[in-house]
Amino acid sequence: MSDAVIPGKIADKVETPFRRFVSEFAESKVALGALVVFIIITLLAIFAPWITPQNPYDLAELDIMDGRMEPGTVGGAGFTYWLGTDDQGRDMLSGIIYGLRISLTVGAGSALIACLIGASLGLLAAYAGGRTDSVIMRLVDLQLSFPTILAALMILAFLGKGIMNVVIALVLVEWAYYARTVRGTALVERRREYIEAAQCLALPTHRVLFRHLLPNCLPPLIVVGTMQVARAIALEATLSFLGLGVPITEPSLGLLIANGYEYMLSGKYWISFYPGIALLITIVSINLVGDQLRDVLNPRLKK
Amino acid sequence: MTVYLVRRLLQALLVVLAMSLIVFIGVYAIGDPVEILISPDADQIERERAVQALGLDLPLWQQYAVFLTKALQGDLGRSFVYNEPALKLILQRMPATMELAFGATIFALIIGLPLGLYAGLRPNSRFSRVIMASSILGFSLPTFWVGLMLIMVFAVYLGWLPSTGRGDTGTLLGMQWSFLTWDGLRHMAMPALNLSLFKISLVIRLTRAGVRETMLMDYVKFARAKGLSPARVTFVHVFKNILIPVVTVVGLELGSTIAFSVVTESVFAWPGMGKLIIDSINVLDRPVIVAYLMLIVLMFIAINLIVDLTYSMLDPRVRLESKGT
Amino acid sequence: MNMTAPTLEVRDLKTHFFTRAGVVKAVDGVSFSVGRGKVMGLVGESGSGKSVTGFSIIGLVDPPGRIAGGSILFQGRDLAKLSEEEMRDLRGNRIAMIFQDPMMTLNPVLRIDTQMIETVLAHKKVSKEEARQRARDTLGMVGIPSPDERLKAYPHQFSGGMRQRVAIAIALLHEPQLIIADEPTTALDVTIQGQILAEVQKLCATTGTSMIWITHDLSVVAGLADDIAVMYAGRIVEKGVVGEVLDRPLHPYTHGLIGSVPSRNKRGEALRQIPGMTPSLLNLPPGCAFRSRCPRASEACLTEPLLAEILPGREARCVHPHLEAPEAA
Repeated sequence: MSDAVIPGKIADKVETPFRRFVSEFAESKVALGALVVFIIITLLAIFAPWITPQNPYDLAELDIMDGRMEPGTVGGAGFTYWLGTDDQGRDMLSGIIYGLRISLTVGAGSALIACLIGASLGLLAAYAGGRTDSVIMRLVDLQLSFPTILAALMILAFLGKGIMNVVIALVLVEWAYYARTVRGTALVERRREYIEAAQCLALPTHRVLFRHLLPNCLPPLIVVGTMQVARAIALEATLSFLGLGVPITEPSLGLLIANGYEYMLSGKYWISFYPGIALLITIVSINLVGDQLRDVLNPRLKK
Repeated sequence: MTVYLVRRLLQALLVVLAMSLIVFIGVYAIGDPVEILISPDADQIERERAVQALGLDLPLWQQYAVFLTKALQGDLGRSFVYNEPALKLILQRMPATMELAFGATIFALIIGLPLGLYAGLRPNSRFSRVIMASSILGFSLPTFWVGLMLIMVFAVYLGWLPSTGRGDTGTLLGMQWSFLTWDGLRHMAMPALNLSLFKISLVIRLTRAGVRETMLMDYVKFARAKGLSPARVTFVHVFKNILIPVVTVVGLELGSTIAFSVVTESVFAWPGMGKLIIDSINVLDRPVIVAYLMLIVLMFIAINLIVDLTYSMLDPRVRLESKGT
Repeated sequence: MNMTAPTLEVRDLKTHFFTRAGVVKAVDGVSFSVGRGKVMGLVGESGSGKSVTGFSIIGLVDPPGRIAGGSILFQGRDLAKLSEEEMRDLRGNRIAMIFQDPMMTLNPVLRIDTQMIETVLAHKKVSKEEARQRARDTLGMVGIPSPDERLKAYPHQFSGGMRQRVAIAIALLHEPQLIIADEPTTALDVTIQGQILAEVQKLCATTGTSMIWITHDLSVVAGLADDIAVMYAGRIVEKGVVGEVLDRPLHPYTHGLIGSVPSRNKRGEALRQIPGMTPSLLNLPPGCAFRSRCPRASEACLTEPLLAEILPGREARCVHPHLEAPEAA
């Protein structure tokens, strides 16, 4: 009976890198709080259809008579509009939760694709060196010397509006950050003995790259990735606000804010205000988590 | 110094060429150039005539040569909407954007430098923590939303400032400027502040990091060991060292400020280049888009060059090295 | 003023750093005095507290560190009790300091004249032209050729040795009574080191300036200092007249230090070294701090020995001093 307890206790005391990472991350209460907030936001977005009182994209559910109602009003459909309604009678709370879905999907999706492309190119540049390296890095420099919004505008100007084009623009804007990060780390790691050992064993290149080199480049990649998700969400919102992003029938947070613009001048603040708060909380929580990740994963700051 | 300058100019020229190629491919290879360059209202005969006039039946490399030659002559096409040369249209809007960007830069420096200095000198005080927390917020806040909130508070509820537009302008060097009139300044205050938010945070962080790093340097301790007043140590020995990186970054940021003014100009209906490009994208006025892109690329390269030169003038170490090469 | 009174008398100085991990007693009960025109060599490994002692005297210990006890009597005034304003009046004026790395002590973005004139003006109400004159004279004094041109230069245009000369000139601008030199020749070439040592010795002799020379290099102390104090883990373990201490060290640590200087060993004989590393000053165990590295350590070393006069004029902090006849060299 006691035998069953002891292994568990021993396991508790064994300090795996993951455990240490978790306990170091939890040292900052602010970061932990931000993580909880972010998880709640993600869950809200995933389970939106079961949580929201209304499907804001189903025009049949919207009642134009309920348009521009103040927060807390009970509408024609019988439930309370806690955050008010927009001009089409859309419940703002439902709109925001559905909007979060789009923002998070676009943000995380583009960050993921950009990460795959950027990390592969960065790895290739570091491993191949020579001309490959300089061509890739010149592209990175060129990309990074132009502000993201401008590059995104340029791409949308060529490709036209639409959500897929926004994702493409975000990917093209962001890959360079990942490439630079991975290349920098990989160059340092490359000179370590374990890579030489792997090469001496005549392991295939892709195995050396992805099984040996890449895992060691992960920490900085995770940090950059987190920050880039926040940037992507902000950029998507900005592009949608400018009318270059998602279609008007399925508004993301940025478009919701844009829709409220003209009504704000007449004092109907809630249409723009609440989606902005939701956007702000999302971005701030991701940034705070990213800040703490950087502190924990950066070996230079460790004493 | 001359060799250095020539080398930098050659590099810049190369980047301009590369960017023109990208814009060219964007317009001629990805999209349908006929659709992009010819008004959608044109009929079939007009279309064919235009295709020939524009040389669209030539091979791609010849088209690029034509595009380049015309661009060098300042001909970047005519706007469909305004029926005016695209370049002229953009240049007309330029002063508005420039004064907004400069206003934002001034805001960023006069707000960011003192706050960053304070946070760097007293890193543990409560006010410093508030400053640093606000600077995180400054990085996270979506610019356009803050702009809306500014309008809501200062224009709608308090009624202190006008919500949109440029207000009265005065004439200087044949251009219209808002900063020359009181009404124009009132119109400019909110957009400039909005545009500077990100940069204020940046200046705060740079200054603070610089102060903290410099304070640890031996030469600061030596300056104190000489019996200098704290004010002289801070404002001469520490500050002059920090000014170099801050000026560099703020200078480099001028370009991105001009680019980000796209958002602020849309929020405050400020009639600058940014507003024009968004309107043009929305109505597919592509010659204006192409002209804007080429112009801003040139501007970026010029700014990078100027910042490099300023930097070498501010830092005696850089100055000597470039003299040597 | 009494001519025989020492310029500086440090009594039981304690400088502690109050970090989050605990109190670091960087300097823990240090006493010594420096006579007028004398050079005191303060010797120890890095981390022994010798630099912190120097910074304590000139009042530049940065938080979380502060002087936690003791007194620093400089010309009869206790520096530990002076206000920051009063200290600033002395700094660079009556007490000057020279730093270790000449590459780092001069501000890279200010010209030499700016950095010198501001020092003159900080303590004397003179015109800028008079200040410049003073700067030029002092540069000439430390052996910098064509000082007029050099004044207009930036620090990076000087070699390391020249920069250290400039730093020394800045220290000499107000003819101070005390100069604290924190390893000023460590970063320099041996030949330059020799030149600077000779200059400094001459200056001290002619102006009557007292000096504390902080170093880990015993050969520098041997040629320059009158007295020596050896520091270990925040305390002085041995002090006395320089010749006697070096010829016949009492404390095993001093003994080890001398043994590890190559020139003092015979050719072909293995260099002796002190095993182990300097202990962490955080939570120093009770007893003699050197005992874990000491070949003579015994049970008795578990209680902290006091600094006691073991031979006439010779003090050491050890229960097992080297009293046997000095080894034949």
